[in-house]
Amino acid sequence: MQHSTRLSSFAAGMRDTVPMLVGAAPFGVIFGTLAATSPLAPWQGQLMSMSVFAGSSQFIGVGLVAGHAGMLVIWLATFIVNLRHMLYSATLLPHVAHLPLRWRFGLGFLLTDETFAVMNAYYLKHAQTPLGHWYFLGSGASMYVNWQLWTLAGLLFGATFPQLQSLGLDFAMVATFIAIVVPQLNRLPHIAAALAAGVFAYLFKDLPYKLGLLAAILIGVAVGMALTRRQAHGGISVERT
Amino acid sequence: MNYTILILGMAAITVAIKAGIFLLGDRAAFPAWLKQALGFVPVTVLTAIIVPMVLAPHGGGLELTVRNPQLIAALAAIAVCAWTRRQLLTIVVGLAVFFGWQFGVL
Repeated sequence: MQHSTRLSSFAAGMRDTVPMLVGAAPFGVIFGTLAATSPLAPWQGQLMSMSVFAGSSQFIGVGLVAGHAGMLVIWLATFIVNLRHMLYSATLLPHVAHLPLRWRFGLGFLLTDETFAVMNAYYLKHAQTPLGHWYFLGSGASMYVNWQLWTLAGLLFGATFPQLQSLGLDFAMVATFIAIVVPQLNRLPHIAAALAAGVFAYLFKDLPYKLGLLAAILIGVAVGMALTRRQAHGGISVERT
Repeated sequence: MNYTILILGMAAITVAIKAGIFLLGDRAAFPAWLKQALGFVPVTVLTAIIVPMVLAPHGGGLELTVRNPQLIAALAAIAVCAWTRRQLLTIVVGLAVFFGWQFGVL
């Protein structure tokens, strides 16, 4: 089905993103609550959601601030965690390359895991669609507004119950990350990469500025790539699904 | 640390990554090894962050005991997630075990 007007295309993008809006809501609340009980001022928590607008790097930013990491380490972690968006934008590029600069910048800023999933599915069905960028905008803008509102709700919640921190609220982040990581551990190189990263993150945990975190990530990625290469050459044929 | 500068720096880095390819257009190209490496980033980053929080929640030595609620709840969350693959259920069960263990068992 083609959407005949800009508005109907925009509305369709919003509508098809509704499941993602619901899924992102608890993460927004958890982020806001963590920010409220961290050294950040509440408005800085909202500023992070408004300007960074990338859930996992926001969690990492707040977590590392609470862990007294250095600014450069937090920026490096932000860089590494967000690199995946390059794969998303490279995949979607053929559909936006013809747009004016301000559109390409705006849609790039609004790109998230969720909107990528929606847009990837949309462009597979509608390869030639003159108003596809309005659909993209509808998806991205609704994710953006949704993220701001749930962040605010979490900030208010955390400010109302400041004693949450002493209860160990940072475990909410641990549980959230487990929920993200475990479903991705379906192949041997990924399992080994995660194990190596975890072991070395523990061994290096007392290095200054959380530099051990970056070293552990690099070791984990190297282990994963080495195993992928061995599998490709037939060295190991274990494949879990 | 000035947190506003920290946040604006994070924003600049994130926007450059997200919008960079769209702005460069066809001049951007990806080597295959980089794509492969990027595929391992989410699992390694998130695991590297939480493992020290779970194994040594007080920042000191290893706490491999049943008196470590972080450890017990993390194991419960991993089991639920591996079994059901449901994110929200994993978080809810993990938090319930964490708080329940703190108040009920210890």
